[in-house]
Parts: sequence; structure tokens; C-alpha cells
Amino acid sequence: MIRVCVMGAAGYLGGELLRLLLGHPGTEVAQAVSTRFPGRRVDSVHPNLRAQTDLLFSAPDDLAGCDVLMTATPHRATMALLPEARRHARTVIDLSGDFRLPDPAVYERYYGVSHTAPELLGAFVPGIPEYFRAELAGADLISVPGCMATAAVLALRPLAGLIGPDVQIDARTGSSGSGALAGDANLHAERSGAMRVFAPVRHRHEAEVSRLTGLNARMTATGVEAVRGVQVVCHATGATGAAGAAGTVGEKALRRAYRDRYRAEPFVRIVVHRAGAHRLPDPKLLSGSNYCDVGFAADGDRITAIAALDNLVKGGAGAAVQCLNIRTGQPETLGLGFPGLHPI
Amino acid sequence: MTLTCPECEGPVELAEPVRLSEITQCADCSSELEVVGLDPVALSLAPEIEEDWGE
Repeated sequence: MIRVCVMGAAGYLGGELLRLLLGHPGTEVAQAVSTRFPGRRVDSVHPNLRAQTDLLFSAPDDLAGCDVLMTATPHRATMALLPEARRHARTVIDLSGDFRLPDPAVYERYYGVSHTAPELLGAFVPGIPEYFRAELAGADLISVPGCMATAAVLALRPLAGLIGPDVQIDARTGSSGSGALAGDANLHAERSGAMRVFAPVRHRHEAEVSRLTGLNARMTATGVEAVRGVQVVCHATGATGAAGAAGTVGEKALRRAYRDRYRAEPFVRIVVHRAGAHRLPDPKLLSGSNYCDVGFAADGDRITAIAALDNLVKGGAGAAVQCLNIRTGQPETLGLGFPGLHPI
Repeated sequence: MTLTCPECEGPVELAEPVRLSEITQCADCSSELEVVGLDPVALSLAPEIEEDWGE
């Protein structure tokens, strides 16, 4: 059994980590650490875990040794605690934004503060198994990308060479992406029915997408009427031909590119259907699952790439467990078989 | 026998004997396909009523 400690266990990502790890046949949750609820029952905060565990939250100072430490702690706080906390585990899988960008100057530009552990930046392997599987197998420091970044990277990377360098990403996200803490902006009366453009320019994830795809990514993010789910619609043009004009890329060429890249991937599905109510990737069908669905459309030199996932699973906790499986030599899909619900 | 979907180039399995005008569906892209020839066996997109999704 792999002993796992979860820090930030009272948040939504922490709850998803506990749900997946408690149902995983190869892991044991050694500690669920919370600054807010030490001594309280885990299922008093995560009621979906009733009858799944009698675990109590631990205080951060009581963190003990384990095989894998998963940190689902807030951005900016994680870089302060991780240099010490990492001594308690052989492997750290971080779900915060603090170790996703290797360049401290880029981090400061997107997060607004100087990094306090810059010596660790660059030591983390991105937690996207589809592109870093070999590195993850030996990594002791893993950083799971942002949920919208993961979706955009999985949508865009197969198109290398087919599209030009500039891409516009229109990202939509459910309310759970903004965390489990109350705030005026998250009151039901304010949130319900809203389509809140909370990042019209320069969303943090665009730095990750640019880094991981080599593209010049620009992102807009909008909060929509959903609890879970992320969808990205990425707009690009065909790669410039010898004559200097954007090239035409047909849908068959796009499908070939996605098939070639994802044929053997257990958690990426190509969804471009001609019939049915859900013809292109829709996060509604992916709640609770570790799948990312990718799709596309083309019209002349115009190319649209689409991806959807559950922000808390493939966009966070599920990706972390997938990385744990790879790092610990277990079957990559272990504990991640839930296919989602329909209808929901 | 295995044919290729004319829409997405995915594999389409057809049980033999194949009949003219038989309708099948591609597992990869959900396209409804019609058998339009037997020698050799050929598939084309079956006619469908398009939805406009509010456009």
C-alpha cells in the first residue's frame, strides 16, 4: 500500500483527492491535513465520504512521514510550506499554481508576488501523463497544471505543425474552480445564472499553455452556471505556407493528428460526432470522471480545437492520482475507472 | 468485414452477408452510413435531417 498524506484536505480538490484515494485499491490515506478543521471528522466537511472513512483532519504541525505527499493548498501559501513539508515524503504531487512555471519572473508577472522558493522552480515535472509519462515515472516533484491549462494543452499539442503560433482560448469553468471558501462574489444570489468573465485577458493558465505547447496563447476565462466542469474552445489558423498565407487544414487531417497522438491514451477521447445531443466535448458528461474529451472543427484556414474535463478530476485530483500510479509503478488507470454519469 | 468510414476514416465492422441500402453507424463519429454498393462493398453517408441548434 502506498501511504499518502493530503494537505489542504478540506478544500474541493482535497475532497476529490480523498474520494479517489479512499477508493483506490493501492493507496492508504495516512493523513488529511487541514489548517481550518484539525480534529474534525473528514466526513463532516466532505459528506459524500460518509461511511467511507473515520479519518479526522490533522493539523499541519502534525504532518508525519508518508510515501506521497499531495498538496492541494492555496496558491502563494504552498511555496511557503512546501520546502519543509517535502521532507516528510519521497514524492510530492502539488496541485497549486506555485510550481507550474519554471521562471520566477513569469511567476511574478502572473501571480503578482515574488516566488519565495525559486530554487525549486524548474525541479517539478508537469503532471500531464500524456506528454511527460517517462519523466513522471522517476519524478519526486510533480506539479499538476491548472484545469483549463490541462484541457487546452490536450486540445492543442496534437496540432503542432498544423496551426500557426497564435491561439485564442475561450475557457468556461464551473464554480468549484474558485475554491471552497465563502465570499461575496460566490453568494448564490450573485452566482446563479451569471456568466462572469472573471479574466478577460491574461489568465494565469495562459502562461502554462504557452510553456507546454510552444504556442503564443491568449486566454479569456468565464465562470458559468455549473458546479464542475471546464470547457476550452481554442481558435487558431492553419500554419503559414510557403507563400506566406495561412494554410488550409481539413478535418480529416485534424482527426488523423488526434488519433495518432491519443490512440493509446486511456483518458483522452476524440469526440467529434455527426449525430446525437453531445457532438463535441461537453463537461456535463464528465463529472467525476478522469476523461478529457477533445474535438475539433475546420473551415478553410480557420481551426477550432475543443476540450472538456472535470476540473476537479482530470483537471486536478484525478491527474494527481494518475501521476501517483505512474510514479509508484501501479497500473496507470487504477482507481480512476469511473466513467461519468448520464443523465446528470 | 471491416470498411473505412467515409466521414472520419475510422474502422466500420459490417456483418456478412452485406445487403444493399443497409444502414450502420460508425463507432468513432456516430455517422449513419448506408451500403451503396456490393461489388465492391461501399459506404456513403446516409441522408439525415439536420438540426440547426437555434442558428
